[in-house]
Amino acid sequence: MIGASRSRAYIAHAVLLLGILVVAFPIYYTFVASTQTLQTILRPPLPLLPGREFFTNYSEALFGGVGRIGGVGVGTLLFNTTVMALGIAIGKIAISILSAYAIVFFRFPLRMTFFWLIFITLMLPVEVRILPTYKVMVDFGLIDTYAGLILPLIASATATLLFRQFFMTIPGELVEAARVDGAGPWRFFFDILLPLSRTNIAALFVILFIYGWTQYLWPLLVTNRNDMNTIVIALKKMVSFADADTQWHLVMVTAMFAIVPPILVVVLMQRWFVRGLVESEK
Amino acid sequence: MATVDLKDVKKVYPGGVEAVKGVSIAIPDKALCVLVGPSGCGKSTLLRMIAGLEAISSGTCSIDGRKVNEIGPTERDIAMVFQNYALYPHMKVYDNMAYGLRNRGTPKDEIDRRVKEVAATLELSHLLDRRPRELSGGQRQRVAMGRAIVRSPKVFLFDEPLSNLDAKLRGQMRVEIKNLQRSLGVTSVYVTHDQLEAMTLADMLVVMNAGLVEQMGAPLDVYEKPASTFVASFIGAPPMNLLPLTGDGTSFADGSATGLAKPAKAVTIGFRPEDADVAANGEVPAGSLVLSATVQAVEPVGAESFLHCAAAGGLIVVRVAGRATARPGDQLRVVAPAEKLHWFDQAGKRV
Repeated sequence: MIGASRSRAYIAHAVLLLGILVVAFPIYYTFVASTQTLQTILRPPLPLLPGREFFTNYSEALFGGVGRIGGVGVGTLLFNTTVMALGIAIGKIAISILSAYAIVFFRFPLRMTFFWLIFITLMLPVEVRILPTYKVMVDFGLIDTYAGLILPLIASATATLLFRQFFMTIPGELVEAARVDGAGPWRFFFDILLPLSRTNIAALFVILFIYGWTQYLWPLLVTNRNDMNTIVIALKKMVSFADADTQWHLVMVTAMFAIVPPILVVVLMQRWFVRGLVESEK
Repeated sequence: MATVDLKDVKKVYPGGVEAVKGVSIAIPDKALCVLVGPSGCGKSTLLRMIAGLEAISSGTCSIDGRKVNEIGPTERDIAMVFQNYALYPHMKVYDNMAYGLRNRGTPKDEIDRRVKEVAATLELSHLLDRRPRELSGGQRQRVAMGRAIVRSPKVFLFDEPLSNLDAKLRGQMRVEIKNLQRSLGVTSVYVTHDQLEAMTLADMLVVMNAGLVEQMGAPLDVYEKPASTFVASFIGAPPMNLLPLTGDGTSFADGSATGLAKPAKAVTIGFRPEDADVAANGEVPAGSLVLSATVQAVEPVGAESFLHCAAAGGLIVVRVAGRATARPGDQLRVVAPAEKLHWFDQAGKRV
């Protein structure tokens, strides 16, 4: 540490602790609220310590079917969201790694045109093209399907560019060595490029999984049936305008369920994630 | 096992840059052919055309009598050792060596047998489970060689394989490559810019300059009879001393007379640093070149010393055995015998 005097260390720790408090407190408070009865929540102030309704609330949310969202349990919501988040993350990675592979390693007419076409899509936010996309999904009959939730979100210029940058750091000699060794395009891709990209893939997976998990606008449009809702949408539907009408304790439980999977993904893949961001394989 | 024949091979890049301007080389079976030249002379391009990594613009390349212009690198049955080794970083040494065989559908036990055999010859057996980044430069170099050998190809191609090693290791690997190539008896093409490497390795030396072959032949023949001033100054360290002649060719740049009968058309005279002697006043054989030189710098190498001198309006280097007694500023008489003189014409060609 620079200037490792005692008082400085205390100050540094104090700042860090404060930071953790600011970040963690709302989450902790959500957890506290999820263990109280509705009456306790509606009668401020909310206690700072967890209440005794943990099992009641969580089992009701999981198995009871929550009134406002048409009797769909949190389990179904979690399943829907997981399918969507995984679909988006895996789909995006698959599509972008393949397009980056084509752009970097193959010479074909209009190669740069295609590159710029992909690049230009970065300039258009989802919201701008959401109506035409919705129309296309309706025409394909993909409303209220997993495909409808996933497909429009899996093309990614950002991920393509990221893989392109990485592929361009792979020395030409390596490509040529593989050619001399008799590796065709597919073998080169699977035997060499994919293993070399695994840290990048892991980092992207974490980012994209969370991106998919927290999608709001698109799932709101493309799902009508309650059993196709994602957890984020359900959360929104549970909250009524009238305070008394909202089952806040269950909202809090659902919020907890919505938070946990992304945290798990980050924690479990942390090592890979950090390596993918800071280090390139030599 | 195979011959390599290049007939009027040219490489023109899109945009009109001519990297190789018509090269014909016939490499006999089991020979080690070294392509040497300064950077940008087209030697690597030529090698990559033999490998099939670069398309041949015109002319033909045949391996073992079969024209391979349109055939990809895999089917040419060649193996290449790259300058930066190009080992697959995520694969163990074993897999690096086995990869090419696997792609050819060689049976597993056969692969295992061959990889282990080659690893044993290259003293890599204890490293088979390591990854390339856990190896030293020399070990990586060996793995790259092993990867080439294990496939037992018709032709080995080396693209400056030793330029990333330190001087000592380079000398060691040079000998090893030579021995290996001889014992395996595989026709090889070796590209380098290091004339010492070229001289010591080659059965057949090809000196290239600006996309053309300047001279080819046995290394010592090239050394003793350089075909041009370019070869004379490229092969040999320090290079041949070249002194331009002025006027009708009887005097040097500083106006002093050569006192020699020169062949017609010769405008440059050359002699090797080791062919000149520092002679005290006295008789010299008839026809010798005699220069009065001023020592500018002395380079003691150990077994020999190089005297850098100003003479006849130019700079020359003279090799003397052992420890040099001359000091900067000394006046010397440098004598080169007639049979050791080289003459070159206006175009730089040997006369």
